[in-house]
Amino acid sequence: MSDLARSELGSLTYDPAPESASIVTLKPHYGLFLDGKFTDPTSHESITTINPATGADLATVAHASSADVDRAVRSARRAYEKVWRKTSGAERGKYLFRIARLLQERAREFAVLETLDNGKPIRESRDIDVPAAAAHFFYYAGWADKLDYAGFGPAPVPLGVAGQIIPWNFPLLMAAWKLAPALATGNTCVLKPAETTPLTALLLAEVLQQAELPPGVVNIVTGDGATGAALVDHEGLDKIAFTGSTDVGREIQRRLATRGTHLTLELGGKGANIVFDDAPLDEMIEGVIDGIFFNQGHVCCAGSRLLVQESVADEVLRRLFRRVEQLRVGNPLDKNTDVGAINSAAQLSRIHEMVDVGVSEGADRFTSSCALPSDGYWFAPTVFTNVSPSDRIAREEIFGPVLSVLTFRTPDEAVAKANNSLYGLACGVWSEKGSRTLWVAERLRAGVVWSNTYNRFDPTSPFGGVRLSGFGREGGRHGLEAYLDV
Amino acid sequence: MPINCPTFVRPWPRSADHHVASVTHVSTTRLRLVSDDAHGAVVHLGSSAPVVETEAQLRTLLGGLSGVDAVGVEARAAKLATRSLKKETKRAAIDLAISMVDLTTLEGADTPGRVASLCAKARHPDFGVAHVPSVAAVCVYPDLVGVAKKELRSSSVKVAAVATAFPSGRASLKVKLLDVREAVAAGADEIDMVIDRGAFLSGRLGQVFDEIVAVKEACGEAHLKVILEVGELGTYDHVRRASWIAMLAGADFTKTSTGKVTKSASLASVLVMLEAARDFAEGTGVVVGVKAAGGIRTTKEALRYLVLVNETVGSTWLSPNYFRFGASSLLTDLLMQRRTQHGAGYVRPDAIGVD
Repeated sequence: MSDLARSELGSLTYDPAPESASIVTLKPHYGLFLDGKFTDPTSHESITTINPATGADLATVAHASSADVDRAVRSARRAYEKVWRKTSGAERGKYLFRIARLLQERAREFAVLETLDNGKPIRESRDIDVPAAAAHFFYYAGWADKLDYAGFGPAPVPLGVAGQIIPWNFPLLMAAWKLAPALATGNTCVLKPAETTPLTALLLAEVLQQAELPPGVVNIVTGDGATGAALVDHEGLDKIAFTGSTDVGREIQRRLATRGTHLTLELGGKGANIVFDDAPLDEMIEGVIDGIFFNQGHVCCAGSRLLVQESVADEVLRRLFRRVEQLRVGNPLDKNTDVGAINSAAQLSRIHEMVDVGVSEGADRFTSSCALPSDGYWFAPTVFTNVSPSDRIAREEIFGPVLSVLTFRTPDEAVAKANNSLYGLACGVWSEKGSRTLWVAERLRAGVVWSNTYNRFDPTSPFGGVRLSGFGREGGRHGLEAYLDV
Repeated sequence: MPINCPTFVRPWPRSADHHVASVTHVSTTRLRLVSDDAHGAVVHLGSSAPVVETEAQLRTLLGGLSGVDAVGVEARAAKLATRSLKKETKRAAIDLAISMVDLTTLEGADTPGRVASLCAKARHPDFGVAHVPSVAAVCVYPDLVGVAKKELRSSSVKVAAVATAFPSGRASLKVKLLDVREAVAAGADEIDMVIDRGAFLSGRLGQVFDEIVAVKEACGEAHLKVILEVGELGTYDHVRRASWIAMLAGADFTKTSTGKVTKSASLASVLVMLEAARDFAEGTGVVVGVKAAGGIRTTKEALRYLVLVNETVGSTWLSPNYFRFGASSLLTDLLMQRRTQHGAGYVRPDAIGVD
């Protein structure tokens, strides 16, 4: 190859283009959102939430005790009995439309705050998280007065009071996924944001006040696992909806075993992105990149296993490595950043541990040579090749920017390897041949199968897993069922 | 494919002078073809080179190209369009964009006076402002090449002519070649030809290929830009295949559009063409340029194209040798933004000379 063709990618370097953080006004301390008001907790315990990109403290939030959780559940029960269950669907819809519009109006504020608290790139919080959260409220606002036609019989009734525990990877979006269908169907809620990312939920509380949502319809209790456990153990709940790790999901189901509380779980995954030799090559590479490096790989449905047909593996890997090397890792507030910070020290050490396991298992490691910032929590995009299906890095969820590559020879083998997992949340199939895509999709044990794309979310589409990835669906008409007594 | 399909005219001259073992640059003319085959029986492109002698072979080669997923390619282009160029990057990118402009006038109302004023602007886009690069070329109809050539003598600005019965290409090959030869004789440094979209869409790929080869030959030393007219091709798969036909047939540039149909250059179609150029260069060692033309009016849009180039094909193409903008009003906006970026505050259009 001539020198000419050895063209350096990214030689036009981009000067810093940081989004201004000044749009966000942080309070030094946040109380609990109970009965429509910010309230001091019963104890003075608090949790400090940090910016994972710098390690700097952002604010302290209340650590809700079981007494606080009890206040929250009582408030939600009161609101359910006195107000919300008597509010017509059309009225509930109006509140949801209002919330959606306010989210759009304050979109930049939410995006910046999400990036500060979570570490995800501003491009993603601005272009995906916040618009998708607003879209979810818009979508379920539309259902609120049409539940008779949702396929659950005439006048389906709500469950009552829902306890909702959400993870730190999409803090605002997961709050929207939980609250919007619950409120549309007439339930009241106690929402527990993740310990490390409580701030956008608390800003959402301000939006709920702005929207004049009746007090108590949504209550927000911040805290750690103990707060979550107190919520799960509260006898006053009719429903628990949990998104998070499989271990915690198991524990919740165990605790609810002798109770009539409804439960939906959206847990971990080890998604397979299956690449056939006739895949649209350039778009497939982008899809694989998006599948695992979107949100630093902190995605339950991440395409963390790449299954590539052996006949094209070399070509695919060559292009994949080139693309990984191009990812811009750094300041999440910079508009040109592709991969941001790892959310917490705990998660970073988990990723390090799993990568060490991968190396010791004999897989070949490719890691981007990008420079990492010195402060905060960072991990460079990494790809393991020569991975065996029996390796831990092919079986366990890493929840970080680490891809494991396996190969296959035939569609049968692709399906067998993709299904060779205890999880079953999402898969991707890359082929220009529709009949093959359908043949494979029919055989995959996964709640979601994407064709020639990955990590696309839309409020109209149901999302959820099978097997260790959980049960119940969020989004779409199916998402209503999780909050209706049907 | 019918058995009696014609064997292609061999795309490149085989004289001893042109018979080189690697890609060489000689002034504006690039010698191509990596082959030391003494018999000259087939055309090899690089070591793992495709062999294209018959329409069947061309068809097989094009059929082996990866498909393009329309949703995916548009999503990728849209994502790259969110890149934010600031400060020194923005200043450098604006100057680069100015140097890549083919300042164009392709109207029935064009006159020598109009072309002369365009040429003046091409040489010194912003008189009195220091260090403004001149544009890459002035692009005119063939009959005005002489005027442009005279106005641009002793400047680095090239003269490009649209030939081959531009913009529709609906004329016999004989007429098209005459069009090209006259433009070259009048001094055109670059020829912008149109492919026969009718032939392409009806599957006569050999004809499209042959025409490009013939035009390339008629160009002599002049650079050849091959206009695909992406707006008429209908799919990205077609854009990719047409790019490959043009590159295999000897194009120095592939170009999106004539600017004379409603759908002109789009980020996604240019992305597909850049990917084709990248893959072609990797396979053959031959670097083919890309020209985005039609509908690009603002600095913001132009910078988005440069981001595509930067992140798809890289440094080699970040030069007027391998990337161009075909535009008329874009230059004025680039100059306004340039003044603003150099501290002149916001500039009115009237502060910049019309062309």
